[in-house]
Amino acid sequence: MPLLEIRDLWVKVENKEILRGLNLVVNAGESHALMGPNGSGKSTLAFVLAGHPKYTVTKGQIFLDGMDLLAIKPHERARLGVFLAFQYPVAIAGVTVSTLLRNALKAMGREEELKNFRRAVKERLADLKIDESFMSRSVNEGFSGGEKKRLEMLQLAVLKPRLAILDETDSGLDIDALKTVAADIDRYVKNSSVGVILITHYQRLLNFIRPYRIHILVEGRLAASGGWEIVERLEKEGYEPFAASGASVTR
Amino acid sequence: MGKKALEFGGEYLEKYGFSTPTDHYSYKAKKGLSKEIVEEISSIKGEPDWMRQSRLQALEIFFKKPLPAWTDTEALSSMNFDDIYYYLRASDKTEGNWEDVPADIKKTFDRLGIPEAEKKFLAGVTTQFDSEAVYHSIQESLTKKGVIFLDMDSGLKRYPDMVRRYFGTVIPSADNKFAALNTAVWSGGSFVYVPKGVKVDLPLQAYFRINARNAGQFERTLIIAEEGSDVHYIEGCTAPSFSSNSLHSAVVELIALPGSTIRYTTIQNWSKNVFNLVTKRAVAHEAATVRWIDANLGSRLTVKFPCVYLTGPKAHGEILSVAYAGAGQHQDTGGKIFHAAPETTSTITSKSVSKDGGRSTYRGLVKVFHGSTNVKSAVRCDALLLDPESRSDTYPTMEVNEKSASMAHEATVAKIGDEQLFYLMSRGMAQKEAMAMIVNGFMEPFIKIIPLEYAVEMNRLIEMEMEGAVG
Repeated sequence: MPLLEIRDLWVKVENKEILRGLNLVVNAGESHALMGPNGSGKSTLAFVLAGHPKYTVTKGQIFLDGMDLLAIKPHERARLGVFLAFQYPVAIAGVTVSTLLRNALKAMGREEELKNFRRAVKERLADLKIDESFMSRSVNEGFSGGEKKRLEMLQLAVLKPRLAILDETDSGLDIDALKTVAADIDRYVKNSSVGVILITHYQRLLNFIRPYRIHILVEGRLAASGGWEIVERLEKEGYEPFAASGASVTR
Repeated sequence: MGKKALEFGGEYLEKYGFSTPTDHYSYKAKKGLSKEIVEEISSIKGEPDWMRQSRLQALEIFFKKPLPAWTDTEALSSMNFDDIYYYLRASDKTEGNWEDVPADIKKTFDRLGIPEAEKKFLAGVTTQFDSEAVYHSIQESLTKKGVIFLDMDSGLKRYPDMVRRYFGTVIPSADNKFAALNTAVWSGGSFVYVPKGVKVDLPLQAYFRINARNAGQFERTLIIAEEGSDVHYIEGCTAPSFSSNSLHSAVVELIALPGSTIRYTTIQNWSKNVFNLVTKRAVAHEAATVRWIDANLGSRLTVKFPCVYLTGPKAHGEILSVAYAGAGQHQDTGGKIFHAAPETTSTITSKSVSKDGGRSTYRGLVKVFHGSTNVKSAVRCDALLLDPESRSDTYPTMEVNEKSASMAHEATVAKIGDEQLFYLMSRGMAQKEAMAMIVNGFMEPFIKIIPLEYAVEMNRLIEMEMEGAVG
């Protein structure tokens, strides 16, 4: 049984149809890159998987381990191992990174892990080259773009989800920060059996992480899926030809 | 729903009669207010004549002054001054029955981790909380240092000259209608005197946070900190306190002599039938510091603006006002600072959370008198609205009559963000947990400066209040 199976997914937000018949299968241990022009529906898919109430599924199904994911509330999805690394993580004043992580583990029924929390987190911080003082700062308050992305990565490493959706974790980073984040993701993917959906705008991230499959999302459905050759074609020709083929599928 | 756990309103009182123990009082003045009743109170207490005169004079003022027109007049006008007992002396027979205490209230106490003895006090089952042993050992160490810490009635008996010298000097009875009322009928409260250079290490009252003699309807507190001394006083507790008296009107006067520091922390959680109309004011002499930390969680209507007069150069005033307004509640709070000397500094920080149609109002005044050069003041008020039914208003006033003053003001009103909630929910927290976390975070500047045991209770209390949330 696949970890995640999306069948003919149609999604509306504020009465506008964004996803229009998307199909995708992700198995445990696979990383899938999802690319596409602005407004093609990449972040919409991320939010639908995490259960954001603003998005309405008008048709289609999503299965997580064969369970009907759409019938499950957002916080319960998280408890089942769905994790979204936000493109724009919000600031929460007065709530420290440490409190966030502890409460998340507690909410997931993993009190056991709180016993070794300090040590475990210390290791993760070292992996991610984050200073320990990070733990006592308020979540995303006054964080630089890079720090926000590192916090998402830290949560990924501590919460160890089964399905991770990384929504443009590479955007807004300079090349050095991008390299470290890419290395973080790569290490994480290789050392676990997590299923990953890697949403990105730029192929530069994929130079550091070689995903198992690459999908091009155009106008709410997959216009192409395949291996590295897709990236090469994209680099040469842009999204234009994919858009055309996507449109042909519509009719 | 969990929300019920903290609804301690009128229905509870009518249904479970035990907390309306007026029939058991050994002395009970007639309802309503008159010269005779005030005379009677003074004579029962065996007070000096000046205090009797002061009461009678204040009563005249109370009768003459109109109700304030600027606060929640609708709520205020629903209060019947003639239907209130102005003096009650508890006898030993005021106990109710623990079995009668509703299960959800017992649950509240359990979840707050309130010790057995305190629970019974809070539920009105006993009227005296047995803290005598602790009280005595603390008294002993205080006495060695020359610190006086008494209930106000005893203070007047034992130190009449000192009380007479300071009583009503910071808040004269003509200050406002409710200060006049308090001066006329006051009973209980604390009298604290800290001698020159003495630092009181532990917060007064923290060890026996419930002291029947200090809790009352019209308590009167006077704290005098001599030169270079340092004291922290804490009143109230986070657990809800029931009151059958629908009017609570206290007066608190602080006198911080040169170089001294007074910190006064209040955590108010009256039952939701109470009108809480309190006047709190401090005078800070040269290089003295006064900090008001004022949290209002309970009551139907609270009207309270802790105030500091900075009368000596380099004096510093700080007010942190925190309010939570739930269904049917209005917290009309804030702070006032008067810069009446050069190089004085002040901050006012206000944090309010409104939920289920609750209403929070911030009223603030910072005044810089002519000749008070190089004053610095910063005001910040943040309001958090948890639903569209709730309301927050801000009325900041600054009167600056000195060019060299540096004044800062910042105000924010935030609705609890769907995106913040979703972010936390995507990390496994249910909606009510996420909401409690956001509110606790919002209150963090307050929670981090109160003693740990209060902070823990405060966190739990917020969690419980949030359980009434949708989802």
